[in-house]
Amino acid sequence: MLTDNIYLDYAATTPVDRHVLAAMQPYFGEVFGNPSSVHRHGQEAEQALIQARKKVSSILHARPDEIIFTSGGTESDNLALRGTLFALRQRRNRLQHVLISPVEHHAVVSTARHLAEEFGYELEMLPVNEYGQVDAADVAACIRPETALVSVIYANNEIGSVNPIREIGAVCRAKGVLFHTDAVQAAAHFPLNVQQDQVDLLSIGAHKFYGPKGIGALYVRRGVPIFGLMGGGKQESGLRPGTENVPYIVGIAEAFEITQDEIVNCTQKFILLRDRLISGVLENIPRVRLTGHPVERLPNHASFVFEALDGNKLLMLLDMAGFSCSSGSACKTGSPKPSEVLMAIGLSRSWALGSLRVTLGRDSTEEHVERFLEVLPKVVKDARSL
Amino acid sequence: MPDRSESPGSVLVGMSGGVDSSTAAALLVEAGYRVVGVMLRLWSLDGAEGDNRCCAPDAVLQARQAAAQLKIPFYVVDAREAFHQIVVCSFIEGLRRGITPNPCYVCNQKFRWDTLLQQAAAMNLDWVATGHYARIRRSPRGGVELLRGVDGHKDQSYMLCGLRREQLERTLFPLGNFYKDEVRQKARSLDLPCAEREESQDLCFLGSQDIRGFIERYAPEVLQPGLILDRQGKMMGKHAGLALYTIGQRKGLGVSSHKPLYVLQKDVASGALIVGHEEDLGQSEFSVAEVNWIRGSAPKEPLAVSVKIRYQAVEVKAEVIPLPDQKAHVRLATRLRDITPGQVAAFYQGENCLGGGIIQV
Repeated sequence: MLTDNIYLDYAATTPVDRHVLAAMQPYFGEVFGNPSSVHRHGQEAEQALIQARKKVSSILHARPDEIIFTSGGTESDNLALRGTLFALRQRRNRLQHVLISPVEHHAVVSTARHLAEEFGYELEMLPVNEYGQVDAADVAACIRPETALVSVIYANNEIGSVNPIREIGAVCRAKGVLFHTDAVQAAAHFPLNVQQDQVDLLSIGAHKFYGPKGIGALYVRRGVPIFGLMGGGKQESGLRPGTENVPYIVGIAEAFEITQDEIVNCTQKFILLRDRLISGVLENIPRVRLTGHPVERLPNHASFVFEALDGNKLLMLLDMAGFSCSSGSACKTGSPKPSEVLMAIGLSRSWALGSLRVTLGRDSTEEHVERFLEVLPKVVKDARSL
Repeated sequence: MPDRSESPGSVLVGMSGGVDSSTAAALLVEAGYRVVGVMLRLWSLDGAEGDNRCCAPDAVLQARQAAAQLKIPFYVVDAREAFHQIVVCSFIEGLRRGITPNPCYVCNQKFRWDTLLQQAAAMNLDWVATGHYARIRRSPRGGVELLRGVDGHKDQSYMLCGLRREQLERTLFPLGNFYKDEVRQKARSLDLPCAEREESQDLCFLGSQDIRGFIERYAPEVLQPGLILDRQGKMMGKHAGLALYTIGQRKGLGVSSHKPLYVLQKDVASGALIVGHEEDLGQSEFSVAEVNWIRGSAPKEPLAVSVKIRYQAVEVKAEVIPLPDQKAHVRLATRLRDITPGQVAAFYQGENCLGGGIIQV
């Protein structure tokens, strides 16, 4: 089904940049060797791997050996949490306490819950303000001698709010506690600097920034205790065994570089479109609220809740009206549950079920936004009638 | 009425993942309609969610695949709460009253059509369609008639006879002119994933559980054991709860007798199950309530019809005498067994289904 709908769901995923695709192309056929092999076929592939790792590390202001390629953001988050906690447990058994925010991506929340339920860690949720943001002072207050790890999302996927990562990083560093941030959304829009931000672990996934799906990376600061989650060969410092996915690793490096280079040119355009979208929705639709911070948010991200409306039905009607959007309770199986993130920022169930996320991308235009604003009032009215 | 001058219009197809609704969607696509597939997610017995016959994950997958092959959009709509309130609760309530409710009839009449029509209206679609084997004849003056499906074995007009005229006016039954074999053939020729799927049989919300488990859970009070009596009040044995038996049932009574015994009646007041011999079965008249006349109003005079008292029952000649308050009395030309309170009596004249009502105690 090749739809001609207008795509406004870039936080869900993005199309692969044609330059990225072109960069990947040779590594499926021409340069197909196994980077671990001794021969020249292997050496050529290994060179591609080395160059890609260099690219990614230099963007993050990290060292090449601090980059572990994974299958995506979810695996990076899992490796960060499980890998460090298991390694710490082996060294000093008393570090049992894990601090996360209540607005983490599922990859962090459900991993942390699993660690608490099955492995005896004590999980504590940091407080957040009405925009879903963590205050560094609260992190400082919550850290205890037995705290092993703090994980706070850089920019939230559902409501777009950005957290004060640099301040939280400083607190954690001062207290000697490991700090992980899921930067999967942020990587497409903010320059990332693991030195200035003082983060120890940082997750990214390529498909959020015009790279292919199924490839991501985890930054692991040198010296951070961490175990791999799978047994196998020595690839990725033994932390991620298995023959490296060379074409996709080339792809993530290329996509990350292009995206980060373009931030300076794109951000203003995104903010203008986003703010037009936000004000257009808030002015023309009754019983609607913006979710997340009005300014400290992803430049391409607008998110709302509508009272007395089923978010899934809204998405369906929007799709029919020609727009691909998303919601906090996105569920194709027809069993809506209010999102934990929206509950965490204090919304009642009757508001939280009616969420809508509209996220812009490279191909978004003013016309797309205006057309969206034109149809939304009727679609909301129809959805409320259901 | 939707404008049909150029394109035949747009239609919402209720899809279950089965061969019938998938093929119905395919036929509408071929006919030039703009088609949107919708599956209603329905309530299921706890633990049976996974295998509700109409909307199990597997069925969703099949419907999704069929829709993708037909290049139509497809959505799953959560309707669990309304389904539970309207269909399941009235089913339980019926069991409590000692009748044998027909939840599929109730579902069509009071839940499914309204939900689909509302959905279609919100999507600005002209029509609602399903994969039922029945036909609709529209007169130029705007009237509608419900006709039997051409395939007599599959005809589903019985389950649809409670639909109101306004509901049928916006409805399409693309399979009405087809035989089941032709539908399967069509599905095969289009390589639809459901072509060989088994028919759904039992109540969808039971999943793979049996009715007994459902009753134990949601209406345990109707499982009061009681006495099995004959017409004269002689005790013949004990039963495990009236809701577990249907009128005319012979097997599973656990009573030995020189002649086979059948369930004649359930006496809810005393909790007794009344049994008798084959010659005691049957009635020559009964009354119906909540009568729906598809033409919109009850006839002024008694009407000669043929009546069907169960989905698979043989029709018999009868006279329907309309009464006030949507009631009617039915006089049968021949004695008929297994007339079961709570089930539906559908009235026919030739291929025309005139409507129907709920059989009363």
